[in-house]
Amino acid sequence: MPQEIERQYKEILRQYVMRQTEQNLYTGQNFSRQLIQKNIAPEEVISIHKASLEEMFPELPMNVWHSFDLLIEMMIRYGLALKEHESLLQKQEEMKVEMDLAANVQKTLLKTTVPSVSGLEIGLVSVPARQMNGDYVYFLSDSKDYAGVAVADVIGKGIPAALCMSMVKYGMDSLEDSHTNPAIVLDVINRIVEKSVDDDMFISMFYGRYNVENSIFTYASAGHEPALFFDSEKDDFSELHAKGLLLGVVPNVIYNQHDVKLKTGDFVVMMTDGVTECRTDEGFIEQEIIASLIRSVKHESAQTMVEMVYKELEKMQNFELRDDFTLVIYKKTS
Amino acid sequence: MVLKEEDNFVKGYISGEIDAFTAPILREKLSAIDLKDGLQAELNMTEVSYMDSTGLGVIVAFFKNVNANNGHVKLTGLSARLKRLFDITGLGEIMDIETDDKGGN
Repeated sequence: MPQEIERQYKEILRQYVMRQTEQNLYTGQNFSRQLIQKNIAPEEVISIHKASLEEMFPELPMNVWHSFDLLIEMMIRYGLALKEHESLLQKQEEMKVEMDLAANVQKTLLKTTVPSVSGLEIGLVSVPARQMNGDYVYFLSDSKDYAGVAVADVIGKGIPAALCMSMVKYGMDSLEDSHTNPAIVLDVINRIVEKSVDDDMFISMFYGRYNVENSIFTYASAGHEPALFFDSEKDDFSELHAKGLLLGVVPNVIYNQHDVKLKTGDFVVMMTDGVTECRTDEGFIEQEIIASLIRSVKHESAQTMVEMVYKELEKMQNFELRDDFTLVIYKKTS
Repeated sequence: MVLKEEDNFVKGYISGEIDAFTAPILREKLSAIDLKDGLQAELNMTEVSYMDSTGLGVIVAFFKNVNANNGHVKLTGLSARLKRLFDITGLGEIMDIETDDKGGN
């Protein structure tokens, strides 16, 4: 193989020395691509060049040949740098494979089943901006009397955020009872998170629980974006505020919880700041726009609603998500 | 960020956007502050045009560190949008915050 390369190079050099045309130069350019593909080090290229010259112009003075030896020596470092670059590319490829695996593990680990209870439709969309999702949705339901939902957002993105989420999941798993009051749920998770996270990592979380028997939605918030309540009679939104600090800042926090009664056609929209902090080139997408967007699809099913809102907001941002995006709708249908 | 330090008082002027890319720079600058016992820190955020939750994390970490050393952190010059962020997260209740009233909010 090297002999074949030497022969080809000599031919290209001969052509160029005879006629310095663009075409001949271009042939050389293409050939260098082949050399890179075949892992020929820069110092080897110069050796080939020197050998070809010796054949073509044996009468060149000694000091010209000596200068080539120096140049070959000079190029050895470049060759090593090239090798390093290649091994980095390979490592990067390996890391990408591991990332894919991790993202899959996350998906399996954090899987949650959308409950089905009488008279309530639930819509859910959660899309990560990068490979790993820092948003988390967890349903806690007995499939009969209660449908609880936790919507959480880890401050920080990427892998650390994703790892943090498993903590919330296992905390939620330990609760088991879907009847648990939202304020208690947040208190339990806060104690778990506070013990285990770094100083600059926090989680915001909203917990809502729908009671099938009396149609009351009870909610509490740990520093999370307020949910929106749509009153179908007034045809208007109001924010569901609840006082409460982010999870993981201090161990003892008192979370307030509130009730809102849903009538048929009413719905509650829960989201993460990936929704409210949507940015376009002109600035933020204002909350009123998001609200009017949701209102315009209010007659659709809960799942169609979240999907349509997501598609519209995605379009407004030129299909480029800057933050994880999660939207959950609880809609009373009967 | 520009820092002014004297005795037990430090004042920082933060400017620009604080997001996932710039937050590490802010964290580094804040961690360079000597956390003396009883430090009185003030962070002026008048020139902060945008801050996301990553930036919030950096500010809170600083707050926790200073508090652990019996110090005090005060945030000043917050825009309405920033104030809302601190209110929603419940941090407004545990931190000392002054809004930028010149803006007429």
